[in-house]
Amino acid sequence: MNGTRLRRRLASAAAVGFCILSVVLALVPLGFILFFVLKEGLPALTFDFLTRLPKPVGEEGGGMGNAIVGSAILIALAGVIAVPIGIVSGIHVAEFRAGRVATAVRFAADVLNGVPSIVVGIFAYSIAVMPFGRFSALAGGVALGIMMIPLIVRTTEELLNLVPPSLRDGALALGATRARAVFSVILPAALPGILTGVLVALARIAGETAPLLFTAFNNRFWSARLDQPIGSLTVQIYTYAISPYDDWHRQAWAGATVLIGAVLLFSLLARTVIRRLERMHHA
Amino acid sequence: MGRRARERGGFRLGTGAVALLVPLLVAGIAVVLTWDSLLSVRQFGLGFWKNSTWDPVAGVFGAFPFIWGTLYSSLLALLLSTPIALGIAVFLSDLSPRPLRQPPVFLTELLAAIPSIVYGLWGIFVLVPAVRRIETLTPAWLRRFPLFEGPPVGVGLLAAGLILSVMVVPFTASVAREVLKAVPANQREGAYALGATRWEAIRMALFYGRQGIMGAVMLGLGRALGETMAVTMVIGNTPRASLSLFAPQYTMAAVIANEFSEAADDLYLHALVEIGLVLFVITVAINTLSRLLIWRVGAERA
Repeated sequence: MNGTRLRRRLASAAAVGFCILSVVLALVPLGFILFFVLKEGLPALTFDFLTRLPKPVGEEGGGMGNAIVGSAILIALAGVIAVPIGIVSGIHVAEFRAGRVATAVRFAADVLNGVPSIVVGIFAYSIAVMPFGRFSALAGGVALGIMMIPLIVRTTEELLNLVPPSLRDGALALGATRARAVFSVILPAALPGILTGVLVALARIAGETAPLLFTAFNNRFWSARLDQPIGSLTVQIYTYAISPYDDWHRQAWAGATVLIGAVLLFSLLARTVIRRLERMHHA
Repeated sequence: MGRRARERGGFRLGTGAVALLVPLLVAGIAVVLTWDSLLSVRQFGLGFWKNSTWDPVAGVFGAFPFIWGTLYSSLLALLLSTPIALGIAVFLSDLSPRPLRQPPVFLTELLAAIPSIVYGLWGIFVLVPAVRRIETLTPAWLRRFPLFEGPPVGVGLLAAGLILSVMVVPFTASVAREVLKAVPANQREGAYALGATRWEAIRMALFYGRQGIMGAVMLGLGRALGETMAVTMVIGNTPRASLSLFAPQYTMAAVIANEFSEAADDLYLHALVEIGLVLFVITVAINTLSRLLIWRVGAERA
């Protein structure tokens, strides 16, 4: 074996080694983060934490009960805003694939998906806080809803395209109009997948903080009113994390545990459902 | 026109009208942000981006330190994350045996699913102390270079770049992997037929898909530029542009997150919205360019 050949072989082995090392390097922080969240968060994750209001500064104890409920309300609001718009847009994009509107929508959804969440927050502030002169749960829901729309459009389009064409052909052959075929045959066939996509999108926006800072703001008390500021798990974690109090730090970790738990649960659930659906359609 | 044709037109128009909301939303963001930053644009003009003084009390607003910190931290993140992301992409597309492929894919997806606030929390309590340690261990002669100047405080550009690089890796890696998968098999087969080693064949594929790879990197850049919470929590929030990796600095997204709800007067608010507007324009431009690059690789194959 001459020198050049050996060198080439070695270079190749080094490159392969580097690729394997990259995978390991990327997974180290993941392991680190999950480890610390569980190590610091689990001990602080008490029943009180999940159900109580925050205590005033300086007093130990209390919890994030109101923030957890607040997050649930915000996420629900976002869903109510984004799901109808997202699904109908997704249907249009899937059905009239080559149309001018479909192209514009697909492009806009990509753009919207890349807009930083803090910028969406400013927009929501301008249209839903400024006119009313106060922070509100509704404004927070609008911000999260806007972030969710492109995710739903994309999932809906992809899943409608997964439905076998024979279903559509069958419906049309029986004399159904196109709208009828979509709403009574194709959409129901894709629905489990679309709902899964909605779950994934909900899980993703559940972790958003930046767009809530100046829309939903924060609230240290129980509140379900849409026209008032509302607490959220993420903003509460932020407030506690940058505070100087050890007890609040512990609660921030506990909050992170709840958040990560919810996100992972949703993702895992969605993953298994999508896998099963894909296998079903391909079989 | 028959009943069916009319119905069909109605379906198309009805869903189309709703769908148009999506592009309208993007246009709406552009218009509203422009409108709400007019005061600052009129008062400071282009000087806004050159001036380094940020003094809300005196009503003087210069955004240079923010754009500097945003670009510096994002480029540092790219520098660190690109080789690793490409390594992962190559591993997944060319090297890993089938049964070994799913776990890394799932785990990198997980990395992307971790909320920014959790990265930030981890950053404050684990990464920043570690960075401070590195800074104190840096020998004095090295600390004389502008790149490593300043007291070892932990928070600063290095911490921000590190955390951003971790956050960006999954995005770049997954797109780069798609690009590598889209490279026609005959590229690699041809290379092997000519006696290429594995790495040489992979290099052929990377070269063939170079535009898409660039697109993948730019997509990561777009993410890094707009990332808010994690960076805000570790960069130190000091509006002073510095070359030093150890110096606390500030980013565009971070100043909006910190000061927006406290902006008392209109000019202050408009100055912050102008920063948001520029962030919007930059990220939209970068994302669009990256989509075009990625899309071209896919299109060439067809």
